[in-house]
Amino acid sequence: MSPHDHDHHEDDHGHEPLTNGDEPVTAARVRALGELLVEKGVIGREDVRQRIDWLVSRSPVDGARLVARSWVDPEFKQRLLEDARSAALELDLDPGPSPVVVALENTESVHHMVVCTLCSCYPKALLGPPPDWYKSVPYRSRAVADPRGVLAEFGVQLEDGVEVRVVDSTADIRYLVIPRRPAGAETLQEEELAALVTRDSMIGVAIPVAPTPVAA
Amino acid sequence: MRYGPGQTVRVAARRHEGHHRTPAYLKGKRGTVERVHARFRNPETHAYGLDGLPEQPLYLVRFEQEDVWGEYPGIAGDRLYADVFEHWLEEAE
Repeated sequence: MSPHDHDHHEDDHGHEPLTNGDEPVTAARVRALGELLVEKGVIGREDVRQRIDWLVSRSPVDGARLVARSWVDPEFKQRLLEDARSAALELDLDPGPSPVVVALENTESVHHMVVCTLCSCYPKALLGPPPDWYKSVPYRSRAVADPRGVLAEFGVQLEDGVEVRVVDSTADIRYLVIPRRPAGAETLQEEELAALVTRDSMIGVAIPVAPTPVAA
Repeated sequence: MRYGPGQTVRVAARRHEGHHRTPAYLKGKRGTVERVHARFRNPETHAYGLDGLPEQPLYLVRFEQEDVWGEYPGIAGDRLYADVFEHWLEEAE
């Protein structure tokens, strides 16, 4: 009989829960890990703060600039589709630490939507922090199994002739959807177009809409 | 790079203890290589503080939704794409 064959029931009680008041267990675990990493000298508090500062400084405005430029400049769109990282650098945007960003173009006949079923991979440099629903288990599981149902809940009704392509970003690549340029936006300038490109449309769960013309 | 665009592949059905980036719902499923991305560090060792070398080729693989789910509620022709490392792919007919 090995020393480990005994009953471990004494481990099941006697510990205070590792929480700070109403702090969720996961948050407490992350905080404890962070404290340990700092204590062991693996990371510094300043590294963590700078990383958070960087993340919250990012926003979908950058992704929208890429999309709007691609709408008005077909050659730029081609470069964006071939190498989104270089295209972002071309506009002086920070494409982030991921070595490869891939842009996916929605067309009349194809609609892309992005999910990360394993965690919450997201092009943070170009879109900012991901929305909470993107990280939720219901979105992550249902986006792959019933994308049309999920899209309908976001208010997107696609015709049957449109092929739905769900992209599960399971590894090192970050995906950005180039939504279709809305009808009725023909006279808008690039900056005005960029204002129509929402975060959700670059995840592929929304469709940009042109502003309603003001009656003369 | 063992596979090229257009090639039919199958995701290995094997189990794996520990961190890996092959979703369970795709194991054993047949798909087609859509694009060859590049080589990346192997997350199965990199996640544990090792160097993740040698780097492994990563592919974007296309699956027909009807091949992935027994009862897909969408429309025939809908597709699912995922990034799969080479050592999780097998040749298929």
